[in-house]
Amino acid sequence: MSPTESALLDVRNCSLRFGGLSALTDVSLTINPGELVGLIGPNGAGKTSLFNILTGVYQPTSGEILIEGRHSAGLPPHRISRLGMARTFQNIRLFGSLDVGMNVRTSFIARLHHGLIRSVRRGRAFRAEEAKISKEAGRLLAYFGLEEVATRPSRSLPYGDQRRLEIVRALAAKPRLLLLDEPAAGMNPSEKDQLRLLIARIRTEFGTAILLVEHDMKVVMGICERLIVLDQGRVIASGSPAEIRANPKVIAAYLGEPHRKGDHEESDPNKGKDR
Amino acid sequence: MAGLLIAALLQTFSAGFDPYTTQVMVFAAINVILAVSLNLVMGETGQFSLCHAAFMAVGAYTSALITGKALPNLLPDFQWTGASWASQLSFLPGLVIAGLVAALAGLIVGGPSLRLRGDYLAMVTLGFGEIIRVLLQNTNAVGGARGMEGILPVTNLFWAVGGAVVTLYTMMALVRSTHGKGFHAVRDDEIAAAAMGIDTTRFKITAFVIGAFFAGIAGALYAHAVEFISPEGFNFLRSFEIIVMVILGGMGRPVGVAVAAILITLLNEWLRDLSGYRMVVYALIIILFMILRPGERLAVWWRQFVNRLPFLGRMTGGATSEIPS
Repeated sequence: MSPTESALLDVRNCSLRFGGLSALTDVSLTINPGELVGLIGPNGAGKTSLFNILTGVYQPTSGEILIEGRHSAGLPPHRISRLGMARTFQNIRLFGSLDVGMNVRTSFIARLHHGLIRSVRRGRAFRAEEAKISKEAGRLLAYFGLEEVATRPSRSLPYGDQRRLEIVRALAAKPRLLLLDEPAAGMNPSEKDQLRLLIARIRTEFGTAILLVEHDMKVVMGICERLIVLDQGRVIASGSPAEIRANPKVIAAYLGEPHRKGDHEESDPNKGKDR
Repeated sequence: MAGLLIAALLQTFSAGFDPYTTQVMVFAAINVILAVSLNLVMGETGQFSLCHAAFMAVGAYTSALITGKALPNLLPDFQWTGASWASQLSFLPGLVIAGLVAALAGLIVGGPSLRLRGDYLAMVTLGFGEIIRVLLQNTNAVGGARGMEGILPVTNLFWAVGGAVVTLYTMMALVRSTHGKGFHAVRDDEIAAAAMGIDTTRFKITAFVIGAFFAGIAGALYAHAVEFISPEGFNFLRSFEIIVMVILGGMGRPVGVAVAAILITLLNEWLRDLSGYRMVVYALIIILFMILRPGERLAVWWRQFVNRLPFLGRMTGGATSEIPS
């Protein structure tokens, strides 16, 4: 965990407190370009809180976050996104009134050359840019096998496809870091297998670094090369899947120890899941 | 362009209409502008606004001051004759400035208040509408509560229908472009929109300002159609009437909203004979409309119709025919 100059994401000693409750305490981690890192931890460990300070939904109480060397803490979410970070959501957040293709096109808005006035004039430059966006969005959809449903309302897609579409939408923003918040949640085994293939393909084809929050151990252990384990708002372990599996602290965090404080937290499955 | 041509043709033939018909058509066109511009804020961007009539008032008073006070001072020799091209064109600066001043008002209200959501935003806009009304009531330079009279009757079918066509085209082109999809993204899910790099506050303010601009133009057209304006004409009920048009037209469907605006204008006229019972019947018909939603249906039919014409589909709609598969 040495913060190098070339780190894509560098979280330094971040804490997040809500009044007396510490959601995150002194969390530090780095992600290098192209890396696939899994973030795991029992319910209420602070995984979603960490996601929320990374994406600007919350401001860290202390500490700093650097994305490619630029400070992101304190910026509004849309500015952070423009630094090269895209995300998906634990509970799918597609734009329900837009069709599948349009959902992907919204990712291009932040990088548009034309303003609203040119959109009304519909000149040649405008039409050329629109055509380019259509083509690019169409290509992404085709790549992920969604081109046949491009004109369908996004809400009408099957659950697994909605998750996939959310990932495509995030990728359309050309991020260098992709945050996936429990992408396998609610998926059946065959959808999970597809998801693993999909994540692997994103890495090889797009070279995007991925931070994956996931409960499903099979998914995480199978594809991540490095794991970070959070428990009670602290990083308790970090290393390869094999190391993590053998780490006594991790086993204690998941299975519990008789003398450990805060065991009752695990009895409430919804704790820490709210945003 | 084609729309403007229709407006010009309508104007040439308007000599054949009786004044009442012309007046109703002008009102219908003005209501179309108001409803379609509010639709950008409410329907497309999902922000509740209760002060559209206030922006209309700003535009109405601004343009009345320009044609009534500023223009005679700048061009003392100028005589308004009605039919001549010069007289007609003298309306244009007033119209545009009215829109710009209303847009500025929109920026002033929208800037701080659009960080609020839902009920809170509705309260702030309601308050702003009242502020404008009371300010006008207490400003003697614009006649106070007595209002302004003797405004030049410049508004004709060309200006009104032309304005409606331009508004409708602008709004449709706007929300159809990739940039315009930002409005829908903000409406559907603000958190996701921000996560995709969309500046949600900026989109909300833009919608508000553009909406106010066209409301200001509608106000200017209205002032020069009725020749008399008073603060009471732009109260909360007026705003509410525009909201009804937007909801009837199916929120976020410009064509449907325009149809609803025309229907409600006509309804208002037809019910005039019922005098005392007018509002009762009006309310009943509105309830019936809400259940049947004719505007929304028309918009759907319109879309299907347009999509069937390949050359038109590319120009005016076909929201779903964008992605090559």
